[in-house]
Amino acid sequence: MVAARKPAVPGSALHLVPALPQRAPAPELAAAEPVIRAETLTIRYGEFAAVRDTTLDIPPKQVTAIIGPSGCGKSTLLRAMNRMNDFIDGVRVSGRLLFNGRDVYGPDTDPVELRRRVGMVFQKPNPFPKTIFKNVAWGPAVNGYRGNLAELVEESLRKAALWDEVKDQLNKSALALSGGQQQRLCIARAVAMQPEVLLMDEPCSALDPIATARIEDLIDQLKSQYTVVLVTHNMQQAARVSDRTAFMLMGELVEVDVTSRLFTTPGDPRTQDYITGRFG
Amino acid sequence: MVVLVRRAKEALIHVLLLACALVSVATTLGIIVVLVHQSIPLFREVSLWAFLTGSRWAPLLEPRSFGVLPLVAGTVLIAGGALLIAVPVGLCTSIYLSEYAPGWVRQIGKPFLEILAGVPTVVYGYFALVFITPEVLRRLLPQTEIFNGASASIVVGIMIIPTISSLCDDAFRAVPRSLREAAYAVSATKLEVSTRVVLPAAMSGVVAAVLLALARAIGETMAVVLAAGMTPKLTLNPLESIQTMTAYIVQVSLGDTPPYTVEYHSIFGVGLALFAMTLGVNLLAQRVLRRFREQYE
Repeated sequence: MVAARKPAVPGSALHLVPALPQRAPAPELAAAEPVIRAETLTIRYGEFAAVRDTTLDIPPKQVTAIIGPSGCGKSTLLRAMNRMNDFIDGVRVSGRLLFNGRDVYGPDTDPVELRRRVGMVFQKPNPFPKTIFKNVAWGPAVNGYRGNLAELVEESLRKAALWDEVKDQLNKSALALSGGQQQRLCIARAVAMQPEVLLMDEPCSALDPIATARIEDLIDQLKSQYTVVLVTHNMQQAARVSDRTAFMLMGELVEVDVTSRLFTTPGDPRTQDYITGRFG
Repeated sequence: MVVLVRRAKEALIHVLLLACALVSVATTLGIIVVLVHQSIPLFREVSLWAFLTGSRWAPLLEPRSFGVLPLVAGTVLIAGGALLIAVPVGLCTSIYLSEYAPGWVRQIGKPFLEILAGVPTVVYGYFALVFITPEVLRRLLPQTEIFNGASASIVVGIMIIPTISSLCDDAFRAVPRSLREAAYAVSATKLEVSTRVVLPAAMSGVVAAVLLALARAIGETMAVVLAAGMTPKLTLNPLESIQTMTAYIVQVSLGDTPPYTVEYHSIFGVGLALFAMTLGVNLLAQRVLRRFREQYE
């Protein structure tokens, strides 16, 4: 794939300023303060830089998709946003990552507190081996939620478009649900924490097309209340559900733009190559 | 022809493997047969009821009495005390190793811990007799007897810590990483993840580990003989000398007890009771586990 793109930009200036968007963002996007901002962020596993010198703004109440081929660093970048990378040995972060202006990796940031406001949905549905009710109630319960748990569970399940299917079996094991239902349960679990941001790490990659369509509808509804960052290797999905799309390649943010524009008139030939299916 | 040879080979392998599997079954059956057969003469002299409910065990002294309860009480006291020490310490160790410790600590720590399991039990016995009792227990509680249940409980507890911690560590590490991530992602702390997600998910492995440790504690002989003494006594006081079922079996089989006397047959009676106890513990644990699992399935 390196060979495929090299002739397109031989010694191009793009290599020198890889992190910047190639064109001015649309005015309606530039106006809002970003919820999350990465500034020349580099994330290394040992010596290997999985994310290099990346600068990216995540605007509020929108779906930002991060696309790119396997191993391009998109999941690593996503998992930095709620410090999920902390559990991997030998991860080092340099540059800055800001959440509402506060440094996510700053010494006075408590990752547990951060994760209360930045929720996550994973690639493979990972419900707890507990009842449906407990799956949703667990997070608020361990965090000392004082309100009515039953109401919170119902509200969260409704937001995840799962309530009608499970309202009569809340005490059944979550493992009895189908894969698509489990993933919506995981979304409900994240929503129950009343976060500001939902990070979604290829949430449909383990699901069939019908379940995928339901999750995509759901993401579309969720963005009215939450800032969504969606990592996906599925370009059609990014095109369908996101407002803005960032394209990453080999640890580098190639460009970020309004989704419709990135897919129709990409600014970088590497993006062009990727979205037309020449590699990846 | 080739097919026939291959089939014969497969059949032979099948039979060989089956034979291997049957060895342990046959051994267990053989043990039961011997225990029952050899204890029948005892129960001709002593009624089963008197054996099971009698509170005085004096098989070697006149007037003789074959009430097994003091020995059972001794065994329960030692094994229970050992679990009281080993379960919390072992669980905490395994949670530390699998959830908190960095990789290199675990790699050094776990084999180190497993060395504990390789120390001969007679060493533990003397450790209890010449260190724990005089240097620890009698300093704190001067009324402690030279031989006492507490010191035996402590060393048996230490002895079975590696069984619990090592097996629990394996069980915890078998819990998928995705479950931990799910919990961390809803703002759980490490302690909450460890105790409220990992521990319940690994519960069947934890119960199995505790059972294995309990079986070792019940069966432990040498350390208990040395530390707890040979005084069959129906007591709950851990500072007194007591005798366990295994210790009694050792005492009789070491002495010059002539075969085919009542005291000779009494060791089989005690062995049978011991066998029934461990079997009961296993059955009980399986039921507990099944009920627990249903909740999660």
